[in-house]
Amino acid sequence: MTNQSSVLPFERPKAAQAETRPLMEARNITKYLGGKLILDQVSLSLNKGEFKVLIGPSGSGKSTLLQCLHFLLIPDKGDVLLEGKSAMDMSHKNICAFRQEIGMIFQDFNLFDHLTAKDNVAIALRKVKKWSKDQALSKARDELDKVGLADKAELYPAQLSGGQKQRVSIARAMAMEPKLMLLDEPTSALDPELIGEVLNVVANLAKGGMTMLMVTHQIGFARHLVHEINFMENGRVIESGHPESLLANPASRTAMFCARLSELTGNQ
Amino acid sequence: MSLLPDFSFYNAVIYIIKGTGLTVSLIIGSMLIGLTLGLPMAAIQVYGPRWGRFLVGLYVWFFRGIPILVLLFLFYFGIFGLAERLLGQILERRINLPPFLATLVTLGLTSGAYQSQIFRGAILSLHLGQYKAALSLGFTRVGALSHIILPQALRVAIPAWANEYSILLKDSALAYVLGTTEIMARIKQMVWITHLHVPFYILAGLIYYFLTWLGIRALKRLETKTRIPGLGMEMEAEIAKNDQSV
Repeated sequence: MTNQSSVLPFERPKAAQAETRPLMEARNITKYLGGKLILDQVSLSLNKGEFKVLIGPSGSGKSTLLQCLHFLLIPDKGDVLLEGKSAMDMSHKNICAFRQEIGMIFQDFNLFDHLTAKDNVAIALRKVKKWSKDQALSKARDELDKVGLADKAELYPAQLSGGQKQRVSIARAMAMEPKLMLLDEPTSALDPELIGEVLNVVANLAKGGMTMLMVTHQIGFARHLVHEINFMENGRVIESGHPESLLANPASRTAMFCARLSELTGNQ
Repeated sequence: MSLLPDFSFYNAVIYIIKGTGLTVSLIIGSMLIGLTLGLPMAAIQVYGPRWGRFLVGLYVWFFRGIPILVLLFLFYFGIFGLAERLLGQILERRINLPPFLATLVTLGLTSGAYQSQIFRGAILSLHLGQYKAALSLGFTRVGALSHIILPQALRVAIPAWANEYSILLKDSALAYVLGTTEIMARIKQMVWITHLHVPFYILAGLIYYFLTWLGIRALKRLETKTRIPGLGMEMEAEIAKNDQSV
């Protein structure tokens, strides 16, 4: 895919090694939804500056895991730690503070339809962080500028393309200055020609040293940029490792899955 | 005509039109009571705990299941009668609560039940994702509702709200049974005095028609003014295209 090749020349940034404890850690997360076991004792950790990817067949629990890490869903068992602090048994107020530290990007953007692009970015600064209107709007303009949408600040979501919407949602999350970002298939709702502009923004975040966990099927993009691929199936992480080593081993589930994926889509 | 020495048809019409003020304040008052009750009830029905949903459900079934006329009598003679007696005992004098108040409360509570369902539908029509996105940015549940969900749900609800207005306006005509001197009560008085049934009922119909038209027009204007740019354009373009091809 031509769009993807434009993001390839970036070097994979070095993750900080010195940190002794991970920035975020999930310990044995178990989650049932509608009586069905969706996550089965999943553990995962992210060091500062690390960029990891979750892949796997649909229904394997990737999105549920991201939502549990963000406490949009409360894990039934296990623990989520942010900088060593446990998120279980937090008060509602503390959960809101916890969520502010983590940015989340959704597959279908979830922009606020009644607000312009700049107000989408500014509203949480104003209402959650209690910034003044001027401060919030000037920060919003900066963030929109970083994703290349300075000229779209006054437009409403319904007036933007899918790729532009997703870039606004990234600006909205980044404006809160989160410690890490969770991205849930940020490009899977996009037309193929719009995927590149969003991946470029993600690549820029990675270059800037942002800690990220991304669910994606864009393996061609991921293999050159991420530090680790985690392969999920039936609610468990069944393989994890450096992308080159996982993909180089034709017997690995990850390599087989990706081969099937590229047969279907003709990518990579 | 000895009751009203200066009676003339003109004076009668003026007298009736003056009752419009009472009708309009009844409508606006009960719409607002309904709004204040309906919004939180809708939020509870969509996002609330099981027991909250159960209580709201009971409330809605009660008011939707009983004719407004029965409710008016129940409230006036039952609850208001009781309140008058209790207040009378406490203050040690005779208390008369105006029938207007009983009508306002009854219509307001009933409208609350209907409006809760209007807003419930409006909230459900919004993408759940926006609520999740707001939470993910650190909004509290109440914050997400009031800053993100409600501004949109209110917009979506305007057409249904216009409907509720027109129904409530006509329900308010029943207020005469309690002796509130709104339009219908005054019409009844004039009919009783003059025995001119048809002309006065035509006048009543015209006044209600005009008030309906006025309210719906105002709400339509509000709908256009608060419309979100770009939203729903595809659908409208599609409909316009179909219209041309028919």
